Amino acid sequence: MTLELSLNQQPAHLRQGSSIGQPLTRRDGFLKVTGAARYAADNHPPGMLYAVLAVSSIARGRVALLDVEAAKAHAGVVEVMTPENRPPLATDPDAKNNPFMFRLDLLQNDHIRYPNQTIAVVIAETLEAATEGAALLSPRYEAQPARVGLDGAESFVPGGVGIGSPAVHHKGDVEAGLKSAATRIEATYETPAQYHNAMEPHAIVAAWDGDSLSIDTPSQGLAMAQGRIAGLFGIAPENIHIRSPFLGGGFGSKGMISGPQVLGILAARLVGRPVKLVLRREQMYGPVGHRAPTRQTLRMGMDSEGRLTAIGHHARTASSTFDDFFEPAADASHTLYASPAIATSHEAVRLDTGTPLFMRAPGEATGSIALESAIDEAAAACGMDPLEFRQRNYAEVEPMTGKPFSSKALRECYTQASERFGWQRRPLQPRQMPDKDGFLTGWGIGTATFPAIMFQAEARAVLRADGSGLMETGAQDMGQGAWTAFAQIAADGLGLDIDQVDFRAGSSDLPNAGIAGGSGHTATAGMAIHNAGAAVITRLADLATRHEASPLFGAGNEGVLARGGRLYRRDDESRSESYGEILARAGLAEIDGRGTGTPDSASREAYAMHAHGAVFAEVKVDPDFGQIRVTRLVGAFAAGRVINPRLVRSQYYGGMIWGVSFALHEEAVTDRRSGRIQNANLAEYHIPVNADVPSVAALLVHEDDPYVNALGIKGVGEIGITGTAGAVANAVWHATGVRPRRFPIRIEDLLG
Amino acid sequence: MTKTTIPVHLDINGDRHTLQLEPRVTLLDALRDRLGLTGTKKGCDHGQCGACTVHVDGERVLACLTLAAQAEGRTVTTIEGLAREGELHPVQAAFLEQDAFQCGYCTPGQIMSAVACIREGHAGSDEEIREYMAGNLCRCGAYPHIVAAVRQAALEVQS
Repeated sequence: MTLELSLNQQPAHLRQGSSIGQPLTRRDGFLKVTGAARYAADNHPPGMLYAVLAVSSIARGRVALLDVEAAKAHAGVVEVMTPENRPPLATDPDAKNNPFMFRLDLLQNDHIRYPNQTIAVVIAETLEAATEGAALLSPRYEAQPARVGLDGAESFVPGGVGIGSPAVHHKGDVEAGLKSAATRIEATYETPAQYHNAMEPHAIVAAWDGDSLSIDTPSQGLAMAQGRIAGLFGIAPENIHIRSPFLGGGFGSKGMISGPQVLGILAARLVGRPVKLVLRREQMYGPVGHRAPTRQTLRMGMDSEGRLTAIGHHARTASSTFDDFFEPAADASHTLYASPAIATSHEAVRLDTGTPLFMRAPGEATGSIALESAIDEAAAACGMDPLEFRQRNYAEVEPMTGKPFSSKALRECYTQASERFGWQRRPLQPRQMPDKDGFLTGWGIGTATFPAIMFQAEARAVLRADGSGLMETGAQDMGQGAWTAFAQIAADGLGLDIDQVDFRAGSSDLPNAGIAGGSGHTATAGMAIHNAGAAVITRLADLATRHEASPLFGAGNEGVLARGGRLYRRDDESRSESYGEILARAGLAEIDGRGTGTPDSASREAYAMHAHGAVFAEVKVDPDFGQIRVTRLVGAFAAGRVINPRLVRSQYYGGMIWGVSFALHEEAVTDRRSGRIQNANLAEYHIPVNADVPSVAALLVHEDDPYVNALGIKGVGEIGITGTAGAVANAVWHATGVRPRRFPIRIEDLLG
Repeated sequence: MTKTTIPVHLDINGDRHTLQLEPRVTLLDALRDRLGLTGTKKGCDHGQCGACTVHVDGERVLACLTLAAQAEGRTVTTIEGLAREGELHPVQAAFLEQDAFQCGYCTPGQIMSAVACIREGHAGSDEEIREYMAGNLCRCGAYPHIVAAVRQAALEVQS
């Protein structure tokens, strides 16, 4: 089955294409290695004051007393913002009218609904004075018992999980499939609460000029942030200018404007001066989202040849008491392994925590580590090699929907990664590979997958009479390489050398580039750029082919191609004309064109669209002390067209390291008595350091996808976590014979 | 309203500065808020992440755990002082070439650590680089490329 692609959406490489696919170094790299890249907190407008949050040390209750006078008496303190004097808002911060809108704590009352919730903001001439002022508030509380942990409250079935996915799905009869199976497994896995912990704390520098607002703040979604702030303050979005040229990491926590960022705007309003507000690290464990904990039970049945007869995947998770985000963990079983019967379901509890949010591969990461562990258990139960078992249950169509895949090079991923890793030498049984130092070596595999999502984006392209070009879109670079990859797409779209293209991004006064999230930014804004380029080239071709003096006269728009700053006749490339000549003859200094990036609903109706990969891990475990080291990781990924292999490899490495972190390091520990997070800092909330990370290889598997979008881009930002976390867990089993069922894997679980 | 300040003389990237500071001001906040040297980053303010790494008398220190007054009479080098006459330091060039960063926020600290790591003679193998660069967190997970960059720069610096 094929779908016709309209002419203006023909794949870019047919028309031009010298920049896409090149391993260019980052265009913003010079700024980043010299310290000149300006992040939000690096701004310092004249007259700026410093704001510091005072946050709750209880999880539930109310603020009974704040010593505002003591804080105000401290030298340098200018004002203390509390519910008493917080400037009014046009919209209730607890109102919610779409699933991407989350309730904010903006000092609307004295209630406390999670630890680290803001209870006051101290504004001072210096950071030191504001910090001391916040300490002097010496809050007194009326505390209520905190609801903590996945068993801390009555569970219910949420109305939806993720963004609008039903909580329950099924096809076929899972119970019958299990009953008829020759072999069955059932296992329950627990994953902890995790916090994004971008290296850059959330920060804002806000300055009001009447009802106009100037903001420097990191944002993964400028237009959405602009709209949210406009609604809260009752001003027009165009009166708000947000600059976000660089994010010091986002991982989902900067997707929506957070409460503390809005409090910075309110503080500036209150004092009538520019204000800078930067979260302290410990304050990031509450109001800026996290990955919710899960407890997942998987049931699988297999026939005598190791074919799945049923998959049941149930996840219990948690949201806050006051808002809805439910980690869609069980949905991971919809897309990967063929089975005649699949049932997935979710239940949730409400806890006294900040609202969980999207965290790099939300649902996919949590679901993947459980699914990949269970698949490994199923392979072992069948006495099969876990790679062979995965290949035996390879999904030729999307298991839950029956749709064909728009492309799926997973077989090549399995082959390339397993060969590079040396998988065929793996003994079937665990504890068979002690190394020369007596450590237990184990090898594990995980399959990676992530959906190819697109949102909505716009871009504007300009060609100038001097032969140069400009591309504008409010894209966000949080490290994935938007400044570079989009400039590459722009250069090809404009038929120019990349050095001839100015690329503007990272500012809310540019066309809406959509959100940098869901691994969909390159595809979405990339398509807007591509289409804007096509639009302006079409205008240029009109000028040339309709003018008798042009060597292209009469060729028609479809009869020319753009390359290197010239239009050529397709049927006779000896006839060409430079952009500058065409514009000069027309007496135009510049022309522009606009494009949008949007998912094609017909092809998305017809096809399932996912990136895939295979990850192989080697671990070494100390048999006496249970200490686990990952010593080798090999991943192979097929994610459609690669715009820049240098940057894509970095994304895969980063994702794979997050996978190691998921399996072995990360966990927020909540005190059951107080409800407070006990390790809200970077020393005790463990993320991998350089010495934790082994030799990593990421193979880029070629994949053409004519349906996902005209550029063939899927997305690479999140897939690396999936697969990897399970591969590490499965390697630990292969090393030790102990099946990890809770994460991160603990030494005590291995020592039994 | 009284404020106690002290004069602090700082030698930063070869420039001498005299600041009137409260004694509690850290070197990191003095650099960022008083001197406009914002290349040095604050990630945790607790000496746990390494984003604020600078050199004091040639040794790597965490600027968030150092009071500005402690740097009196000593030589401070920050990321802004590494390139000479617009030419990147070999470590900076290697970070760029090896794609040893993504978001870039930990990068100034990583680079200052890497320069010192090489100078200390701790860049002899990948394993040694991993160990001696372990004090600088990178949440993007650029570690494999950081190791490659330090390895490459060490060869250039030593030759």
